[in-house]
Amino acid sequence: MSELTPLVSDVLIGAAGAFAVLAVVVLYRVASGPTMQDRVIAVNIIGSNTVVIIALLAAAFGEPGFLDVALIYALLNFLMSIAISKFTVERGGII
Amino acid sequence: MTPVEIAIVALAAGGVFFGVVAAVGVLRLPDLYTRSHAASKSDTLGAVLTLGAAALTFGADVPTAKTVLLLLFMFLTNPTAAHAITRAAYDQEIEPWTTDEEGDA
Repeated sequence: MSELTPLVSDVLIGAAGAFAVLAVVVLYRVASGPTMQDRVIAVNIIGSNTVVIIALLAAAFGEPGFLDVALIYALLNFLMSIAISKFTVERGGII
Repeated sequence: MTPVEIAIVALAAGGVFFGVVAAVGVLRLPDLYTRSHAASKSDTLGAVLTLGAAALTFGADVPTAKTVLLLLFMFLTNPTAAHAITRAAYDQEIEPWTTDEEGDA
């Protein structure tokens, strides 16, 4: 399906907007979460929401090039979580 | 609407629903471990459903394969990241929340 109907692309853009709003809502936990790990989990959620937003915009606008951006963003998001959980605890293994 | 369009709209709606569940869980649950439970499961399911909706829009082509690989990657790494963070927290001896009356909570 090369051409999306306006309804489908509206639904995709609306879902992207909803995920953006959810990311802003989760920002409250980043600001106030009592421990550092709370903040890392909230930032991880914001990152995965960002990946979903980029993929939805790629689908809605018919720009497959955005998907590469989303892939790299997902990789960096995972690396951030693993690196912080590794370097906050002195331990042998990573996982 | 064709069946594919119905599937796209249904998957996007389900993904947004589970995203809302994850956000509510992260804001409202009492401690780090329960919050990471909401983050790892609900948020992963929401992201995977929404990426499935995005994959269906591209038809049978290379972008579909990329989106499906992104979906699988998110499906593997999101719970792994939450597990690693939570285990680091447990090694730092952050106490789990409990309703136990006899505990020191």
